[in-house]
Amino acid sequence: MSSFKQYSILPGFNLALGFTLLYLSLIVLIPLSAAFIRTAELTWPEFWSIATTPRVLASYRLTFGASFAAATVNAFFGLLVAWVLVRYHFPGKKIVDALVDLPFALPTAVAGIALTALYAGNGWIGQFLEPLGIKVAFTPLGIFVALTFIGLPFVVRTVQPVLEDIEAELEEAAATLGANRWQTFTRVIFPALYPALMTGFALAFARAIGEYGSVIFIAGNMPMISEITPLLIITKLEQYDYAGATALSVVMLVISFALLLIINLLQWWSRRRSMQA
Amino acid sequence: MVEPAPQHASLRTIMTTTITFPLAGKTFRQRATQEPAWVRRSLIGLALVFLTLFLFVPLISVFYEAFKKGVEVYVAAITDPDAVSAIKLTLLVAAIAVPLNLIFGIAAAWAIAKFEFRGKNLLITLIDLPFSVSPVVSGLIYVLVFGLQGWLGPWLAEHDIKIIFAVPGIVLATVFVTVPFIARELIPLMQAQGTEEEEAAVVLGASGWQTFYHVTLPNIKWGLLYGSILCNARAMGEFGAVSVVSGHIRGSTNTMPLHVEILYNEYNFAAAFAVASLLALLALVTLALKTLIEFRNKQHQKQRGLE
Repeated sequence: MSSFKQYSILPGFNLALGFTLLYLSLIVLIPLSAAFIRTAELTWPEFWSIATTPRVLASYRLTFGASFAAATVNAFFGLLVAWVLVRYHFPGKKIVDALVDLPFALPTAVAGIALTALYAGNGWIGQFLEPLGIKVAFTPLGIFVALTFIGLPFVVRTVQPVLEDIEAELEEAAATLGANRWQTFTRVIFPALYPALMTGFALAFARAIGEYGSVIFIAGNMPMISEITPLLIITKLEQYDYAGATALSVVMLVISFALLLIINLLQWWSRRRSMQA
Repeated sequence: MVEPAPQHASLRTIMTTTITFPLAGKTFRQRATQEPAWVRRSLIGLALVFLTLFLFVPLISVFYEAFKKGVEVYVAAITDPDAVSAIKLTLLVAAIAVPLNLIFGIAAAWAIAKFEFRGKNLLITLIDLPFSVSPVVSGLIYVLVFGLQGWLGPWLAEHDIKIIFAVPGIVLATVFVTVPFIARELIPLMQAQGTEEEEAAVVLGASGWQTFYHVTLPNIKWGLLYGSILCNARAMGEFGAVSVVSGHIRGSTNTMPLHVEILYNEYNFAAAFAVASLLALLALVTLALKTLIEFRNKQHQKQRGLE
């Protein structure tokens, strides 16, 4: 034991760790391994043919494309919102700050039906877009809108603390050296925020890829056009195609784990960067 | 005219110095580290327009649509027997999932924050794992274990135990998606507090449980509440994972979010938004409590800093 754990006079280590591992195994690890073990029953060509049919490929393109677009928009506006909340004062700021977390707290199904009602042809927002020839609800554009909604807090909440910690001296030094505000922002502030911004982007992207509840109402769910991969898994499940659903879920899991690894590396980079500053 | 600054003054004093233009009769301040007013106003404006379109309008529209057909329709929708049974099931699921994850969170945080052992970072990553799994996949893995085609399916069928398309499956899927909430709130908090106070208690003769109850618990109670509130919001609102394992049986395995979906797909929009408005209210209460606890923590930290 001594090599595994450092000596401590506090009691309860074995009980706490044992319970933690048991609980994690029963609730998380064994069920997750089921997806991989069931997929391993397929041969490689079988798996490959399930995971690369035209309909499945179309769903990957849509899921990743819409998630990437939504995360990009969130990176831009998330940085803007974080900046405004940290640097400026305006009436109602505290309420706005609290409401930024709404997409975390609002059930996804509620977000889904609310956005659909807003962006439908006769909705509050849709009625202005429809005459311009822009259809949002029941198109891939709607998926982008829903994913932007659910990813919104990630960038704000990762950038905000870093922005709060940037020391005023850095900007003062830049100003005394003759930089204007834009130069100070692009050369001093932005490089310090960049790792946090990338982390927020990756978190929003990862969340968007797996999202289901808010998307299915607004998507229209047409095969090849507006059908996301999580929905395709459900469709296969409802047709009792367990092998197909499991194979696709393994593809999603592998991508999620790769993203998790990238996010951990980004967070490590972000911490190192802020320690240097 | 710039006021002469004493030589030892810091940079900040110089840069906030008032610049007076006697001829124009105007006095204005501009810090060299601040944007011009028009830039500030346009940035605030742009941010608020974005947040209004993507956050505030959707939130308001939920309540607007819910009450559009009048209060009677609203009351009828949320007192409908199927709606009431969905509300009861949602409360039941949260009442099981949150305490389970509370116990797990405390155990995991105690092991991780108070002791040094190998593989700690791996354990923290594993606890976070459910956050990165798609809700649909979270539901599917339980079907693979407990479903009729699953590992335990035949045995469960023999003993007439239903887990998938029944309440236990809904509880399990909800527990899965909410595993990290309380643990990830407690781990950094308990790490920051260190082990000195607990060690002092043990040296003075307190038992493990006494130490936890009288020393650790008072220190983490707010973090515990914070994590529980977030965990509860997710538990009550989970849709994807629960949708896969529920079977959508009205009045028996329908949670509130699933009931919203059914009503919406039946074009019963007023009723769907009425039930959705209850969930939106839950979200607002969650955010209010969360802000309150954060505010309290800040005050507390300030006080500690002054002492």
